[in-house]
Amino acid sequence: MNDSKKQNIEEVRLMKGNEAIAHAAVRCGCDGYFGYPITPQSEIMETLMELEPWNTTGMVVLQAESETSSINMVYGGAGCGKKSMTSSSSPGVSLMQEGISYIACAELPCVIVNVMRGGPGLGTIQPSQADYYQSVKGGGHGDYKLITLAPASVQEMADHTVMAFDLAFKYLTPVLILADGVIGQMMEKVVLPPFQPRRTEAEIRETCPWATLGKPSSRKPNIITSLSLEAEEMETINLRLQRKYRKIEKNEVLLEEFSCDDAEYLVVAFGTSARVCQKAVEMARAEGIKAGLLRPITLFPFPTNEISRYADKVKGMLTVEMSAGQMVDDVRLAVNGRVPVEFYGRMGGIVPSPDEVLKALKEKVVKRQLIEN
Amino acid sequence: MTLNEIISPENLVYDKPKVMNDTPMHYCPGCSHGVVHKLIAEIIEEMDFQEKTIGIAPVGCAVFAYKYLDIDWQQAAHGRAPALATAVKRLLPERLVFTYQGDGDLAAIGTAETIHAANRGENIAIIFINNGIYGMTGGQMAPTTLVGMKSSTSPNGRNVQLNGNPLDITKLLAQLDGTCYVTRQSVHTVASVRKTKKAIRKAFENSMEGKGTSVVEIVSTCNSGWKLSPEASNVWMVENMFPAYPLGDMKDL
Repeated sequence: MNDSKKQNIEEVRLMKGNEAIAHAAVRCGCDGYFGYPITPQSEIMETLMELEPWNTTGMVVLQAESETSSINMVYGGAGCGKKSMTSSSSPGVSLMQEGISYIACAELPCVIVNVMRGGPGLGTIQPSQADYYQSVKGGGHGDYKLITLAPASVQEMADHTVMAFDLAFKYLTPVLILADGVIGQMMEKVVLPPFQPRRTEAEIRETCPWATLGKPSSRKPNIITSLSLEAEEMETINLRLQRKYRKIEKNEVLLEEFSCDDAEYLVVAFGTSARVCQKAVEMARAEGIKAGLLRPITLFPFPTNEISRYADKVKGMLTVEMSAGQMVDDVRLAVNGRVPVEFYGRMGGIVPSPDEVLKALKEKVVKRQLIEN
Repeated sequence: MTLNEIISPENLVYDKPKVMNDTPMHYCPGCSHGVVHKLIAEIIEEMDFQEKTIGIAPVGCAVFAYKYLDIDWQQAAHGRAPALATAVKRLLPERLVFTYQGDGDLAAIGTAETIHAANRGENIAIIFINNGIYGMTGGQMAPTTLVGMKSSTSPNGRNVQLNGNPLDITKLLAQLDGTCYVTRQSVHTVASVRKTKKAIRKAFENSMEGKGTSVVEIVSTCNSGWKLSPEASNVWMVENMFPAYPLGDMKDL
């Protein structure tokens, strides 16, 4: 059996979410990783440095001098049509916002991983989900959106890495994997994706005719830029971006439902919170409360229509986040006042327990419903 | 003699490089940028590297450099050109990758990117235009503005106590192990233009030979920002800029 066949045998491995991202990046033919160490995601670059993919696939791995620099290296790599990525945690991702805005406007495909920790400021190194606004409402300047994937398991860390590159190149837009310190640090079973070869330069020239690979005499220069001093021209670029975002909203919504079919109460949560909430929903069911869980997998595009449909079926909703309540705004916009939408959250690096969530569900949603009726 | 006989190739003593576009330049008359652009175009043509070159444009007056040279370009955020160039060169090691940056871009907001790219010894060429002022935004103080030099944000002249010292970043870059060639040139006379051309060509060749980072600073005029005529600017540059930023090679390995 040759090496490549051996590599593609489906094997179950035990590893951290951060490690799964690194392995998946190498396996999906990533061309370049550029990063800067920050807890709780440093294992991504550490794993890549141990894997030494420059000796196998030829992938470039480089430790930059700052997150500002690493996101701009991603800009440079993506501008050449290369599969480029970076990873960081909350304070580092704040530093990247300038570059992300430029990448979104220049319409370059790339993958950014944020393994969130508690903020604001230097905050803590414990897990948090308080970068939701920054991720889906536009953390940098100008009108742009990031496709935002919210993995809730080590398996999804690997799967989303592959999917993120596919979406990035499909829509020519940066894709954010929004994980948190729990998903990054915990170890779980994972089946790694099969090896895909890195694309050849001929393939890049064919699939990314805009890439700056050097100008043959047969074409005009390729210019990667986000600058346009004419207001009309800049508005045209903005309109094109908005059309793209509407298309993404129409085509790419992903979510998971758990015990939702006959649910009278709907819990909405993503990432680590969704895992806690799934347990809370099981406990509620054991007590005879008909609860269900809706887990958005894409935060942009947000499952607005799906949540809206539940507004006509359930008596109340509870959004659970490791933040002061950010995604709850989008749930309320989807519901538009038809049923009460309550919020429960913990901040500063604390992960809520299933008991806390169940209590919140009973007190904030179920009890209120009983009182009102 | 007919026109066609006059313009026959054997009579041709000077021509616009083919790598230069016909787009009229936005640079002010008397500005050094145009001359340096032309030199880069000539060198790319002479090296036969048009298909193999990727330029990284800065933010500043040269933000539109990509309009004038018929090669692939990426336009960077302010100061970040060396980070882009790092990735482009590492992912495309057979290409010629250069950045074109002004003093505000390279020596203020992009200091970290510049120093670290040079210290890693990225195989790129950095073309650094130092005119001691922010031209694009209308003549504000730059990191390289001379002590006593007036700008719109140092209207009474740069005062060390108030504004700090000018930064000789090129001298600093010459100290780094990653740089192989660091030189300071100008383009105010025919002889200096020729020397600068030689320097840029050497920088490009170094990066293709994998010798490390080459830095070519060109002490330049900004007659609009300096509020002098093009001719007076050249005199002012010789009398004031050159003593602070003396010309010549600082490192040549």
